[in-house]
Amino acid sequence: MSGLRDSLSDTLVLARRSLMRIQRAPDLLVSFTVQPIMFVLLFVYVFGGAISTPGYDYVDFLIPGIVVQTMAFGGFVTALGLSEDLKKGLVDRFRSLPMSRAAVLAGRTFADIATNTVSLAIMIVVGLIAGFSFGAPALDVIAGIGLMLLFGYAFSWVFAFVGLVSSSPESSQAFGFIVIFPLTFISSAFVPVDSMPAVLRAFAEVNPFTITVDAMRALWLGTPAGNNVWQAALWAIGIATVFAALSVNRYKRAVIR
Amino acid sequence: MTSDAAIEASGLRKSYGKVVALDGVDLRAPAGTVLGLLGPNGAGKTTAVRILATLLGADGGSARVAGLDVDADAGALRAKIGLAGQYAAVDENLTGAENLQLVGRLYHLPRGEPRARSAELLERFGLSDAADRLVRTYSGGMRRRLDLAAALVSRPPVLFLDEPTTGLDPRSRIDLWETIEDRVSKGTTVLLTTQYLDEADRLADRIAVIDHGRLLAEGSSDELKDRFGGERLDLTLEDRGQADAATAALQPIVSGPPSDLPSGALCFPVERRQGTIAAAVRRLDEAGIGIDDVAMHRPTLDDVFLGLTGRAASEAEDGGPPAAGDDRA
Repeated sequence: MSGLRDSLSDTLVLARRSLMRIQRAPDLLVSFTVQPIMFVLLFVYVFGGAISTPGYDYVDFLIPGIVVQTMAFGGFVTALGLSEDLKKGLVDRFRSLPMSRAAVLAGRTFADIATNTVSLAIMIVVGLIAGFSFGAPALDVIAGIGLMLLFGYAFSWVFAFVGLVSSSPESSQAFGFIVIFPLTFISSAFVPVDSMPAVLRAFAEVNPFTITVDAMRALWLGTPAGNNVWQAALWAIGIATVFAALSVNRYKRAVIR
Repeated sequence: MTSDAAIEASGLRKSYGKVVALDGVDLRAPAGTVLGLLGPNGAGKTTAVRILATLLGADGGSARVAGLDVDADAGALRAKIGLAGQYAAVDENLTGAENLQLVGRLYHLPRGEPRARSAELLERFGLSDAADRLVRTYSGGMRRRLDLAAALVSRPPVLFLDEPTTGLDPRSRIDLWETIEDRVSKGTTVLLTTQYLDEADRLADRIAVIDHGRLLAEGSSDELKDRFGGERLDLTLEDRGQADAATAALQPIVSGPPSDLPSGALCFPVERRQGTIAAAVRRLDEAGIGIDDVAMHRPTLDDVFLGLTGRAASEAEDGGPPAAGDDRA
C-alpha cells in the first residue's frame, strides 16, 4: 500500500467534490458571503453607536471579533455534508472502498479552508469600506489571516464530529447555534469584557474565543499581544487534534440511520 | 474451509445492545454463483451484508470473502468487493459521470481509467444520455442503476447487493436483473438480499432463508420447495367466520393447520394431490359450510417462506414491489 500518497489523493478528490457541491447548489454560498456582510453592517451601524469601546472606533474593535465568530462557523458545511452523506448511505459506500479512513473527513475540512478564505476576504473588504483600518505591520496582518484559517480549520473538525454524531442535518445545525453561538458572544468579540456581570466576565476571560479575538486585535490593530497569539494558535492546534482523533474514530464505526 | 468458495461465513453473531441481529449464521457461495439471502424486514440480512462487506465487525464467528478474512484483511478485501445498497448511495449534486469517476479515483484506478470506465458503464446501463445531468434530476430507477454501476467500477469479483430492487418499478427491476445475470455469467459472485421471492427464485443459485438472525434453511429453490413446500389446498369460504369449523371438518385429510393468505383464503398443507379437492368439498358440504373457491397449488417459494417463518412474505404477494412512495430518495 502506498499509504500516504493515496491518502492525500483521496483527500483532494473528496475536497473537490465538496467544493463542487457549492457550485451546484449555491444556496450554501449565501452563508459564506451575504451573512458575513450582513453581520458586519448590522453590528457597525445598529449596535455600534451604543457600545462603548474606549480607545477604539467600534468598527476597529468589531472586525477582529466578528471575523473570529465567522471562522468558527465556517465549518458547519462539514457537519451538514457529513450528516447528509451518512443519511444517504454514501458513507457506507466510501467505507467499502479501498481508500483512506480519514479522507472523507479530511476532504471536507480541507474544502472548508477554501470557503473560509472567501468569507475572510469578503469581511475584510466590507470592513475596510465600513471604516476599518489595520493598525499593525503587514507581516502581523498576514499572520492574523493565517491564524484565522487555522482557527477555522480547527472548528471544521469540531463540526465533523458533530455531523457524525447528530441524527440529522438539521440537528447538527442546531448544535452549532445552541453551543457555539453563545460561546462566541460570552467573549471579547463584540463588547469589552469589563462591561459584563462578574460571573460572565470570569468565563469570558478564560474563553478561548476571547484569547483568539485578543490575539487578532494584537495582530491587526497593534494592541499589546501578551501571550495571546501563541495561546490562540495552541488552542486551535489542540482543538483540531482532539476532534480529528474523535471524528476519525467515530467514522470507522459510523452506521447508517 | 474450501478455497473455491468466494463467500464463506461460519457462526456469525452480532447484537445491538440487547437486540440479537445475527445468532450464528453460516453462509457459503461458490465462486461465480448467486447466493440469495431471503428474509422479512429485520431478519438480519443487512447486518450480514455489512459484516461481509467490512463495514461492521462481528461479535463472533468468522468470514472469508474472495479468500480474505473480513476482519484481518479488511483493507485488501475492499479492493475486491462492490457494494450496492437499498439506499441509492450516489451524490445528488454530481452528474452521473462524475459519480462514477469519483468512485474510480477512490479505487485508485490508473490515470485515465476512471473516465473510460465511467463512460463504458453509463453506456451499458443506458445512462449515456443522462451522463452529464445532475443525479438529483434522475428517477428512482436511474439512481439505482447508477448505484449498481458504481459498485462495478473496479470490476470486483464479489458483489454485495442489499435489496437492489426495493422500490423499483417492474420494468427497472427486470433491467437490473438482466444486468446482474450478465455479471454472474462473466464469473462474478453475488450475495443478494431480498424480500421478493420471485427475485430470489429467478436470480439465486442457492437460497438461504433467515429470520430473527438464524438460518432456517438453505438450498436451491427447487430443493427448498420440495423440502418445505408440499402440496397446498387453498380454500375460500363464503363466510370467513366458519374458518374454525372448516378446519375441524378437513382435519382428517390435511396435514396441518391452515395459514391465512393475503387474499383471505385459507391455505392447508396436504399430503397428496389426488382426490383431495373432491374429499374436501364433500366434507365441507356435509358440515354445511359454503365454499366460494377451492384449488390446489404447487409449492412456491412463498409457501417455503410461510412454512419456515410462519408468516407470508406479504410484501411480495403480487410478485412485484410495493408502490413507490417509501422514504428513500
